[in-house]
Amino acid sequence: MNKAAARERNGLIGLICVLCLLPLVTGDVNIHHVMVMFLIYASLGEAWNIITGLAGQTSFGHASFFGIGAYASAVAYFRLGASPWLGLIVGAASAGVLGLVVSYPVFRLRGHYFAVATMAVAEIVFQLFVSWSWVEGATGISIPVAAEGLATFQFHSSKLPYVYISIAVFALSAFVFHYIARSRFGFFLRAIRGSEEAAMAIGISPSKNKLMAMVASACLTSIAGSVYAQYILYIDPFMVFSMTISMKIVLLTVLGGLGSVWGPVLGAAILIPLSEYTRIVFGGTGRGVDLIIFGALIVIVACFQPQGIIGLIKSFGRRAQKGGMGGDDRSMRDAKASA
Amino acid sequence: MGSVYGLVAVGLGLIWGVMDVINFAHGEFLMLSMYSAYWMHSLFRIDPLFSWPIETAIIFLLGYLTYKVIIKRVVDAPGLTALLATFGWSLVLRNMAQFLWSANYRYLPETILSNKRLLIGPLVIGLPQLAAAIGSILMTLAVFYFLSRTRMGRAIQATSLDRDAAQLMGIDADRVYAFTFGLGGACVGVAGALLSTFFPVYPESGALYSTLAFVIVALGGFGNISGALQAGVIMGLAEALGGFYLGTQFKYTVVFLIYLLVMQVRPKGLFGW
Repeated sequence: MNKAAARERNGLIGLICVLCLLPLVTGDVNIHHVMVMFLIYASLGEAWNIITGLAGQTSFGHASFFGIGAYASAVAYFRLGASPWLGLIVGAASAGVLGLVVSYPVFRLRGHYFAVATMAVAEIVFQLFVSWSWVEGATGISIPVAAEGLATFQFHSSKLPYVYISIAVFALSAFVFHYIARSRFGFFLRAIRGSEEAAMAIGISPSKNKLMAMVASACLTSIAGSVYAQYILYIDPFMVFSMTISMKIVLLTVLGGLGSVWGPVLGAAILIPLSEYTRIVFGGTGRGVDLIIFGALIVIVACFQPQGIIGLIKSFGRRAQKGGMGGDDRSMRDAKASA
Repeated sequence: MGSVYGLVAVGLGLIWGVMDVINFAHGEFLMLSMYSAYWMHSLFRIDPLFSWPIETAIIFLLGYLTYKVIIKRVVDAPGLTALLATFGWSLVLRNMAQFLWSANYRYLPETILSNKRLLIGPLVIGLPQLAAAIGSILMTLAVFYFLSRTRMGRAIQATSLDRDAAQLMGIDADRVYAFTFGLGGACVGVAGALLSTFFPVYPESGALYSTLAFVIVALGGFGNISGALQAGVIMGLAEALGGFYLGTQFKYTVVFLIYLLVMQVRPKGLFGW
């Protein structure tokens, strides 16, 4: 393992330790809520980052995987009386299968045609769930209240268990991203992002690698979806399958910085508290003031910091150590040197 | 309906093809045009049939300013940044509408065409829909004429093919881009005015159209204006037939399925290459 990778791993471990300690310092329920949302969205961002940041395939349809995860754990308990954990696993598996089946034909498309196709798939899945009566269609599912405990995946007296479960999910996604990004597979994906033809010429199969990346991304997205459903305890198709979810994932990752493990963390750390607090402060008016402010801030960040927040940090770092290269280039150079 | 979809998609496709910017605020432009048609009618008693040039001008200006203030700064930024900006802008516009005019559905009462029908044998065609279809086709033809016959239109085409070369020929790319954004807005300006006669006006009314417009632009092939119109008509038919045979809840499913299927045969759109 080279130095940059070790630094990134240690950084992640440090971040997770801090996150674990944070809820113990403050007992504020609002902060716990914001933490859970932040962690879920950061995990979603990491998952999306695998397929878009590394492999360069812009997906606008990750809400379908998120929704499948959410529905799987909700339906498992609501219809079948099974453990939501079983639902979580089944959901991840079915999201993986959906990713595989749908992506196989869709990956033939390039660029924007691919992006629009993922959007079309997500809309189809959304409409199927709206009119599927077994999962209550457009009414949505209220997960019945059960006894508190890890087995039922419900905690009513405190949000702390949810915080720790979402930390675990975040840790899983972040480390999966970290290891994929540093592995042979990750370099294959970057080669595909650079040029599919060139990747093929040196013996990398774009379709196989893109499919594997999509399946990994879909499974992680679905797991985050299950946790979300168990946390909110109510889901309907408009909440979990809508374009807004897909776009939020895209936004926070792009805002933070694409293709880096820190991108989704930074993006979610800025966007989620912002949206939650503007909602708490201005949301009561019911006239969308919170979203006006939220949207305006996104526009401002996009206009003045087009590289994402990570670009800002990098340019500071570059100024500090003259002649240094950006993170991704540097890690590639390190990897080459150690190989 | 199909030709209205076509016109909305032409506006989106124009911006997308020329500048490689996905305008997520396109549906909101449409919504604002519908609102301005509504206000023209309820404040000044101008029927949408005659007020459409005003809406078109308003949305043209909105598009022009959007470019000058926001898009100009992100058009050269890598990858998805422009998308971030337009998405943020769409949130601002949509919620601004909700803030100013509330989320209630509004209907235009008593326009000249409302509730009038044309009977041709067994066919019943609503006059507002007919006017929308004819208006959309005329506007698309006008855009087409503009692009191929006027100096500005040719400048837009040249910039879309190769921006650097166009600039070397003395074309002000910045002005072209601003104009393109305005023109894309003008398309939905017309579409919104025509739609407002038979479609409820509310802050979310543009959202559906923008998703459909993405699919239609891609189906037609990027950078192909007439392709977008034809794809729009196809999707309009697919929606109507799908709604009729499978039930209204599945009409858009059919539209999206058709896109996925067609893409298997023509990965770059029906009329793209």
